[in-house]
Amino acid sequence: MMAAAKQTAGEARRGRRARRVLALLGPFLGLLLVVGLFSLLAPESFLSAYNFKTVATQTVIVGLGAVGMTFVIVSGGIDLSVGSVIALASVVTALLLRDGRAPVLAVLAGVCTAGLCGLVNGLLITRLRIVPFIVTLGMLGMARGFAKYLAGEQKIDAPAYWLADLMTKSPQPGWLLVAPGVWGMFLLALFMGLVLRATVLGTHAFAIGSNEDTARLCGVPVAQNKVVIYALCGLFAGLAGVMQFGRLTVGDPTTAIGKELDIIAAVVIGGGSLAGGEGSILGAMIGAFLMSFLANGCNLTGVPNYVQEIIIGAIIVAAVAVDRLRHR
Amino acid sequence: MSGAAPVLLCMRGVKKSFGAVTALDGVDLEVRQGEVHALIGENGAGKSTLMKVLSGAHAPDAGTMELAGAPFRPRNPSDARGRGVAMIYQELTLAPHLTVEENVMLGREAARCGFLRRRPMRAAVAEALRALDQAEIPPGRKVADLGPGARQMVEVARALVGEARVIVMDEPTSSLSRQDSERLFAVIEKLKERGLAVIYISHFLEEVNRVAGRFTVLRDGRTVGGGALPGVAVAEIIELMVGRKLEEVFPAIPHEPGEVLLRVQGLEGEPLPLAAGFELRRGEILGIAGLVGAGRTEMLRALFGLNQVIAGRITIGGAEDGGAPPRRRLAQGVGLLSESRKEEGLALNLSVAVNATLSCLAPFARLGWLRRTRQARAASRWIERLGIRCRGPWQPVSELSGGNQQKTALARLLHHDVDVLLLDEPTRGIDVGSKTEVYRLMGELAAAGKAILFVSSYVPELLGVCDRIAVMHRGRLLKPRPAREWSDSAILDEAARGAAG
Repeated sequence: MMAAAKQTAGEARRGRRARRVLALLGPFLGLLLVVGLFSLLAPESFLSAYNFKTVATQTVIVGLGAVGMTFVIVSGGIDLSVGSVIALASVVTALLLRDGRAPVLAVLAGVCTAGLCGLVNGLLITRLRIVPFIVTLGMLGMARGFAKYLAGEQKIDAPAYWLADLMTKSPQPGWLLVAPGVWGMFLLALFMGLVLRATVLGTHAFAIGSNEDTARLCGVPVAQNKVVIYALCGLFAGLAGVMQFGRLTVGDPTTAIGKELDIIAAVVIGGGSLAGGEGSILGAMIGAFLMSFLANGCNLTGVPNYVQEIIIGAIIVAAVAVDRLRHR
Repeated sequence: MSGAAPVLLCMRGVKKSFGAVTALDGVDLEVRQGEVHALIGENGAGKSTLMKVLSGAHAPDAGTMELAGAPFRPRNPSDARGRGVAMIYQELTLAPHLTVEENVMLGREAARCGFLRRRPMRAAVAEALRALDQAEIPPGRKVADLGPGARQMVEVARALVGEARVIVMDEPTSSLSRQDSERLFAVIEKLKERGLAVIYISHFLEEVNRVAGRFTVLRDGRTVGGGALPGVAVAEIIELMVGRKLEEVFPAIPHEPGEVLLRVQGLEGEPLPLAAGFELRRGEILGIAGLVGAGRTEMLRALFGLNQVIAGRITIGGAEDGGAPPRRRLAQGVGLLSESRKEEGLALNLSVAVNATLSCLAPFARLGWLRRTRQARAASRWIERLGIRCRGPWQPVSELSGGNQQKTALARLLHHDVDVLLLDEPTRGIDVGSKTEVYRLMGELAAAGKAILFVSSYVPELLGVCDRIAVMHRGRLLKPRPAREWSDSAILDEAARGAAG
C-alpha cells in the first residue's frame, strides 16, 4: 500500500510538472525565435552583452508589474490601473526626495501609496460587488489625476541618490553584470512564483479563478483573498513606479500611460488566461522579455514604431490562439 | 438490519418563503445513520430550497433542524460543510484548472507559514480515494481532464476528507453513463458501510428504488409521504409526487407514419458516427438508444450541420446533399433541440420571447427593427400552447424551472415550424409531470405529420413513446425495429454489446 501511495504521489508530481512545462513551451519558443531572428538580422548591435543588459533593464517595469498582475489574472480578475499607479508611485517618491526625506522613506511611501490603490481596488470589487474591469478603470483615472494634482501637473526634479543606480546599465560593483533593479525583479519573481505555486494564497487564487462558487463553497475566504491579491498587484506597481523614477530620475505624472496593457499582454503571452485559473510568473517573465527583445530588436534594425505595435498586437492574438490549440 | 439506526438528521416543520412565494410550507425529514434516503418530488416541489436550507445557503423562517441530536443552524454553506453536511450538486462544483488533489483539499489545505505541505495532503487524498475504491484516479491529474464519472468521485472524496456525516447528492447520475452510475452506486454502498447518511435526490424512480432504503416525497413545499424501499410501486410514488391519479405517464396519441421525409445513408461524421443509415417518415417517432459516447449526439449534430460530415448522403424532402450548415437545415425544415440546454440550447439571460423566436425573427422585423409587440404575441401563443409557466414573455429564461426551459427550447422549433425534429435528450433533468407533457407534445406533433428523431438514455421513455427504436453502438447505428419488438433488457444488451449475431 505504501508503494501504491508513493507511486501516485510521484505521478502527481510528474503530472503537474509536465503540464507546466507544456504551458511554458510556446512562449519560450517564441522568445527564442525573436532573439534568434534579431541575432541574424543585427548580429553586432543586437547580440552583445551591453544590449542584453539594456533589454533586461527595460524589462524591469513591465516585469515587476506582471508579477502582481499574474496573481490578479489567475484569480480571474484584471487590473487596468497599474499604469497610473506606477506614475503615482514615482511622483510620491520624487516629492518626498525633493523635500529632503531619506530615500528609504521615499521608496516606502511610493510603494505603500500604490499598495493602498490596490487595496482600494480590492475593497471596492469585493464590498460593492463591481466587476474588476470597471473598478480598476475608475482607479486608472483617479490615480492618474491624483498624481497630476500632487505633482502640480509637471515633472518633479529630485535628487535620486542610490535610486538612480537601481536602473543603471553599468552597475557597481562590476560583478553584478546587470542593474540591481533587474536582480530585484528576478528575486521577487522567483519568490512570488513560489508563493503562487506553493502557498495557500496561491492555490486559492487558482481556485477562485477556476470556479469562484466552488471556492466559496469550500470555505475559501474569497473576498479576503481578492483584497490581498489586488493589494499585492498595487505593491508591485509601486515597486515598478520606484524603478521608473530611478530610470528617469524625475517624478513624471504622465509616465507609463498604457503600460497596464503591456503588463497584461506579458501575462497573457506567458500563458495566463483572462478567464482565470491559468497563468504563471515564469510565463509572465518570458512574455515581458519577449516584448522587450522585440521592441529593442525593431529599434536596432530600424523598423518603425508602428510596425512594432502591429507585431506585438499580432503576437498577443497568436499566443492566445496557440494556447487554445493546446487545450483541445 | 436489526432495529432502526439512530436518527442523524432531523428536520421538523421547516418553512421558507421568498416574498409572497411560499417555497417550503412545513417539511419534515428524518435521515438515519448509514442509510440512503431518497428525496423525491417534482421540480418546484421544494427539494432544492430544502437542500439550500440544509446546506446553509438559506435560513429557514420556521422549524427546527437537528444534526446528531444537537441543534443545527448553519450560517452559510462552508459552515454546514464544517459541521458535516456536504452537498454534491447537479452541476459539479470543482475547479477545473486544479488537480484532483488540490480540489479535494480546497479550503482545508495543510500549510506551514502559508506554504503548502503537500505530503500530508497527498496522503489524505490517497486515503479517501482508497476508501472509495477509486485509487485509480490520479491525484495529480487536472480535473478538466477527467470524465464526468471520475469528477463525481472527486466530489465524494472531498466530502469524505471534510469528515462529512451527511452527503446530499442532487441528481447525481443525470450526466453519467451506465458504467459510471454503477460505479457511483458502489461508492454509495461504501459510504453506507462507513455509517454516513446519503440524501439522494433523483428523478429516476427505478434508480431510487435500487439505491435508497427509505424515501420522502415532497409536494408544494410539504412532506406528503414516505416509507421504506424497495416495496413501493413506482406508480404509487409518482401519484404521491403529482398528487393525482396518473392514468398514464406516456399518453397514447394515435399517429400514422406517412411518406419518408428524411433519408440518411452511410453517414460518417467528425468524430462520430462511423456509419449511420435510416429512414424517418412523417408522423413517426424514431428512438435512438445507446450508451453515452456511442455517437448519438454527434449523429444529430452532423445531420444538422453543427459537426462536419465526412461521408454519406442526406435526403430531406427530396433534396439530397452530403452535409449542409444549420442555416440551410432550418430552411429545409429541420430543427435540433440540443442536449445541453443551458450551454447551447438557450440564451439563458434572454427572455422567453427572444429564445422562442430567435431562429425566425423575420416576421417581426421591418427594416431590421423588431416589432416587440408582435414578437411577444407570438411568444405568448407558444407559452399558452405548451403551458410554459412564466410571468410573461419577457421573463428571462434563467428564472424558469428546467421543464419550462425545455419547453421554451421546444417552442423555438415549433415557432420555426420545422417538419423534422431532432430531439437530443429532451426530458433530461425535468420532472415527471413536465416529462409527460413533453411526451404528449411529441405525440401531438407526430399526429400533425411531423417527423421526430428522439435520442434518449432513458429506456422506458423510448419504449413508451417511439414507433421504432434503433440502437447506436460505438459509432454505428444498428437496424431500427418496431418498439413492440424491443424490451428494456434487449435495448441495454444491444447498447452494451452491439448487434446480437
